[in-house]
Amino acid sequence: MALLDSIPCVETVEAHRPWPRAIVHEDGWREAIDHLVAGSCTLLGLWGDAPDVHAPDVHMALLSAQAGDIAVISYRTEGGAYPSVGARHPPAIRLERAIRDLFGLEATGAPDTRPWLDLGFWCVCHPLGTKGAARQHAPYAFLPAEGEALHQIAVGPVHAGIIEPGHFRFTANGEHVVRLEQRLGYVHKGIESLMAGASLDNAAKLACRTSGDSAVAYSYAFAQAAEAALKVTVPPRALYLRALMAELERLANHFGDIGAICNDASFSLMHAQCGILRERTLRAANACFGSRLMMDMIVPGGVSRDIVAEGIPQVQALLAEVHRVFPRLIDLYDNTASLQDRTVTTGIVRPDYARQFGAGGYVGRACGRAFDARRTPGYAPYDALAFEVPVLVAGDVNARVWIRIRECEQSLALIDQILDSLPAGDTVTTIESGAGPGEGLDPTEGLGLAEAFRGDVLVWLRLDGDRRVARCHLRDASWFQWPLLEAAIEGNIVADFPLCNKSFNCSYSGHDS
Amino acid sequence: MRTTFFESLVHGPLTERPPKPDEAMLAELANSVDRAARGRLGRSLSIRQVDAGSCNGCELEIHALSNAFYDLERFGLRFVASPRHADVLMVTGPVTWNMREALRRTYDATPDPKWVIAVGACAVDGGMFAGSYAVSGGVNDAIPVDLHIRGCPPSPTELLKGLIALLEHAS
Repeated sequence: MALLDSIPCVETVEAHRPWPRAIVHEDGWREAIDHLVAGSCTLLGLWGDAPDVHAPDVHMALLSAQAGDIAVISYRTEGGAYPSVGARHPPAIRLERAIRDLFGLEATGAPDTRPWLDLGFWCVCHPLGTKGAARQHAPYAFLPAEGEALHQIAVGPVHAGIIEPGHFRFTANGEHVVRLEQRLGYVHKGIESLMAGASLDNAAKLACRTSGDSAVAYSYAFAQAAEAALKVTVPPRALYLRALMAELERLANHFGDIGAICNDASFSLMHAQCGILRERTLRAANACFGSRLMMDMIVPGGVSRDIVAEGIPQVQALLAEVHRVFPRLIDLYDNTASLQDRTVTTGIVRPDYARQFGAGGYVGRACGRAFDARRTPGYAPYDALAFEVPVLVAGDVNARVWIRIRECEQSLALIDQILDSLPAGDTVTTIESGAGPGEGLDPTEGLGLAEAFRGDVLVWLRLDGDRRVARCHLRDASWFQWPLLEAAIEGNIVADFPLCNKSFNCSYSGHDS
Repeated sequence: MRTTFFESLVHGPLTERPPKPDEAMLAELANSVDRAARGRLGRSLSIRQVDAGSCNGCELEIHALSNAFYDLERFGLRFVASPRHADVLMVTGPVTWNMREALRRTYDATPDPKWVIAVGACAVDGGMFAGSYAVSGGVNDAIPVDLHIRGCPPSPTELLKGLIALLEHAS
């Protein structure tokens, strides 16, 4: 049974691909919330839309838990309001707060009405919606924690390392964390407003820079959405090159993370050794594509440049080097008792939370949620490549390290297969620009879902008749991982927070965008 | 662990020869590093990195400066955890309105004499994000900048060239 069969819809939107989108009334919206609460569906995204000829819509992307089916439902707001999802399904709370800040749309019955991205410094309020006068800067009401021996530790937004900015408010009882509350939004750049009216080329560049560590994954998801909207077929060679880039990006990030987690337990040997592997990976990427982070390499229609022939031996040399060194590092990690003492049973994520929040990436897979966008819904060329999705159940820092280790091994095998079966031919399908303003091409919509190293990136795109971006929404995996970090740290000692935080490695820029 | 240690001893360092300082950057610095500051600081500088709105791409490459290939500390340069310990602020990103105040306070907390290095295309003028309601512009709009290191993101080698240029002037 298709996902939308179980939700009462008013009409389906023809131009939305590859998955369906339907307009719903309140009964359909509430039915969808029931599915989320019952766990038969996972929330993939919740975002606002600008007013059109009709009242603004709020869109919800759903993933069916059994079938892996995806659908988007849209509720047409009445008087700028829609029934709150967060009131019954907590993963939606921060998304609703962001919708309110950006569009001025109210979630009726929402449990938390504090601002989220608007910290009171912008010169407008509701910049993507009604655009009112700026909100007054007001003190933020952190959630209370009461008790005689409690004290607070305020950290950030400027952190004590080379990290992105955000604020953490700890309440501690001695060494033990009683409550952590995150305050994010510091790196909000207004990407979705810059997207509106942008050409496909510029929009792809903006998407790529939503989170620099996932430049490939973001441009991948954006290209998927654009190609779905425009019914463009990507040449097979480009599909394989995209996967090669995605796996190199995954390897580089995982190597960096494994080293950095160990470094947060003051085990700098692993940090140094993993840093070497990360650097070698970026150099191989540079040799192949002329860019270490492979920025702007994936474009709607294909890839912007073919792989340099001399790059391939460098990737093969990288694989050989990793096969030689990495097993020894894994043994070192596994056999160092002082390191294990820090990572095992630290920062445990409850499996039911991971399921409820639809936590992607290593956060979900370290506690039993076997979701990987490369497998479900799956996309080319991964349907033709053999790989496993490693899953563990412990949910602690150690499990998140091991998921990364196992995923590195899978990425190595994937790169091997990609190099063996790299098809010849074109690397890009040219996308015709629109016929000109008012020439009557119909608006089209597309949805993309790509697996970044930290989890699934969702991109929703509407193109106008001129083939420019009318609206684009980008949702980072971190939206559903940050809240779990608040839960995972509870009862741990303050000194273990860096370990927990690094083992999540959530994105600030991707989240705040 | 023994094998890893032993191998490190016998195969020689991975660290590469330092690049030459960038001429354009030397020229930009000529006015901002005066004689008094050189005398007081010598050849050792502490750097505090501040992300004022970056996509995190620049941070990744700044991180890479500390790996075995670039080994930043051999030049007497090191990253410190507090602006109060810093001689240099290395700022990335278009400055978002949400970070502008925090950046200014970090600058004020850094003792004189101090330099500001703006890293990345966005740090020059907001880059791709210029014109957004959420972005105030380049770093120079918020705090005075002594040196720009351009690139999206600049490679570790380009970062090194800029930092060596700063050292040549400070020494």
